[in-house]
Amino acid sequence: MAYTEEELKKELETKEYEYGFYTDIESDTFPVGLNEDIVRAISKKKEEPEWMTDWRLEAFRVWKEMEEPEWANVKYKKPDFQAISYYSAPSKKPKYDSLDEVDPELLDTFKKLGISLDEQKKLAGVAVDVVMDSVSVATTFKKTLAEKGIIFCSISEAIREYPELVKKYIGTVVPRKDNFYAALNSAVFSDGSFCYIPKGVRCPMELSTYFRINQAGTGQFERTLVIADEGSYVSYLEGCTAPMRDENQLHAAVVELIALDDAEIKYSTVQNWFPGDKEGKGGVFNFVTKRGICETNAKISWTQVETGSAVTWKYPSCVLKGDNSIGEFYSIAVTNNYQQADTGTKMIHLGRNTKSTIISKGISAGKSQNSYRGLVQINGRAENARNFSQCDSLLMGNECGAHTFPYIEAKNKTAQIEHEATTSKIGEDQIFYCNQRGIDTEKAIALIVNGFSKEVLNKLPMEFAVEAQKLLEISLEGSVG
Amino acid sequence: MAGNTETDMLKIKNLHASVEGKEILKGINLEVNPGEVHAIMGPNGSGKSTLASVIAGNEDFEVTDGTIELEGEELNELAPEERAHQGVFLSFQYPVEIPGVTVTNFMKTAINETRKARGLEEMPANEMLKKIREKSELLEIDRKFLSRSLNEGFSGGEKKRNEIFQMAMMEPKLAILDETDSGLDIDALKVVANGVNRLKTPQNATIVITHYQRLLDYIVPDHVHVLLNGKIVKSGGKELALELEEKGYDWIKQEAAV
Repeated sequence: MAYTEEELKKELETKEYEYGFYTDIESDTFPVGLNEDIVRAISKKKEEPEWMTDWRLEAFRVWKEMEEPEWANVKYKKPDFQAISYYSAPSKKPKYDSLDEVDPELLDTFKKLGISLDEQKKLAGVAVDVVMDSVSVATTFKKTLAEKGIIFCSISEAIREYPELVKKYIGTVVPRKDNFYAALNSAVFSDGSFCYIPKGVRCPMELSTYFRINQAGTGQFERTLVIADEGSYVSYLEGCTAPMRDENQLHAAVVELIALDDAEIKYSTVQNWFPGDKEGKGGVFNFVTKRGICETNAKISWTQVETGSAVTWKYPSCVLKGDNSIGEFYSIAVTNNYQQADTGTKMIHLGRNTKSTIISKGISAGKSQNSYRGLVQINGRAENARNFSQCDSLLMGNECGAHTFPYIEAKNKTAQIEHEATTSKIGEDQIFYCNQRGIDTEKAIALIVNGFSKEVLNKLPMEFAVEAQKLLEISLEGSVG
Repeated sequence: MAGNTETDMLKIKNLHASVEGKEILKGINLEVNPGEVHAIMGPNGSGKSTLASVIAGNEDFEVTDGTIELEGEELNELAPEERAHQGVFLSFQYPVEIPGVTVTNFMKTAINETRKARGLEEMPANEMLKKIREKSELLEIDRKFLSRSLNEGFSGGEKKRNEIFQMAMMEPKLAILDETDSGLDIDALKVVANGVNRLKTPQNATIVITHYQRLLDYIVPDHVHVLLNGKIVKSGGKELALELEEKGYDWIKQEAAV
């Protein structure tokens, strides 16, 4: 079959969103609206100490005075923050000592997610914390990790059990007043994951969290805090799904990474929130603040595969504070239909001999808009700082857009900054070439897109890479998958 | 099926094709039997590459009349990949680049998709490896080359050699070589021609499209056809190619005009 614009369009129509199921579990949901009482109620529900309640209230006061940012290259109807419920938890909730105690419907949900805990348990090597709606329901492998002194639990539990660690680090990388969504998150975050790797410990398995929004009319505000103590190493995976809904759902997370001297954190995300239907109705608003700080000789790598959400506003960043520290950002962002993504990174070079690498691959199809926005900032003290940035865009069809907004600020003459950018289109000649070798159009697109994304896919841990490839195909094609 | 068509590998009858309303092929008739090598020659713009594209099913071109049959089966309605599954192979004049996809991965996908279409299992990895080794040796291809992105940064000669390597891997019934000699120096030309000759069997057929006689010194055709303004105006044996080399195309143009 020849490959015309018309056929390509059809080819690219959304495959039914695979994760669009809804689990009918009784929920304990707060009334809609946001005020100090709601913030207090959330804190109380979580049995938090007073300092935490105060911390939240301060954030709420800051947030009230802030305006929702408008500089991103995205257009959407602003959420009504008073029409959202800020807390929703499966009501039969609480602590499960074993999987047998878990609500069978919930287990079923996990199975549909492809992360059945049964399997996960057998699949040694991955510890999973699942955050559904707002509450963290299960963390496996706790014991194995505990033997090494690794703490991996929900942030609520961490606030109760390890208050000194949380108090010391929360809000140090992403301050409460950092931005509108971060302030909101700080006030109302309901759960999330916490991880601490002790000095010199190499975490023996990938740590993994799955986030899922389920309840209608709720927002999800998870907060993740990862602390890698001196000389330690951890690889952290994060996956996201949400059911199909007509109305937009709000997701505003904060992730803070702290890599102390000689530590390394690898943080990988596969984001597949519901992108909205092919008319652009529904979908998740994904407004996320992710940032990490590197002390001396430390390294942080962000790898993200972003295929979901109606609107994405996300810039995983690195503050390279210590000398010789390294920041990396590898990203694949796919937009189709009416999706809009404004994503990229900030590399803030403060220390000497700091190095950063940015590889961004944007793929746009349908009527979507895909923007890369990145800042490379070399400060006065950062002698011999180096950055390499590469931003490639791939366009499919004639109605989508790809945009690149690189910002470079160098205040030290010894800085070396390289920026490369390309824009290409999947050509009819490429498709025909594949067709002629017996490869149909759908498979050809998958092959070309995977080739285009290879440098980033290679950075993902094995099991995630397979899932990511599958997601790319589902996001862009009619029936592959 | 009539007796005389049974032996035909390819049978083209009264083929007309146009692009954007402009007629390029104006009634092509051509029969190719298994084991034969046909050369199609002609000046620029005579429709040679169009003919190759139309046989392969490129729908940039609209077939307005006539039929193309492969072993008695009409191809007209088949998609390009289906024609490939039937055993049609086109060595492109300008092979395209596919960044990030290695030659090996591309061939693996092509072979397995074709096998799937034919109702066969995927080729086992060790068999695939053996085949790759064998065919790359045949075409004197450095193995490192196979892990490079398809055609990306390849020299003209490497691209053409890679096309013939793919042909060797796919083992088509009908191979069409579109200007395979362009961009090749004499050594590369010999390697490519040598490869094509060694891949020849009594069961498959080759159509060589070329502007110059040079390639035909190495791939000796059984039949030579001259394409002019969308029609085959003269056919003959291999000596016709030499005559064209010597006298150019003008005398044929005059003959055809009569």
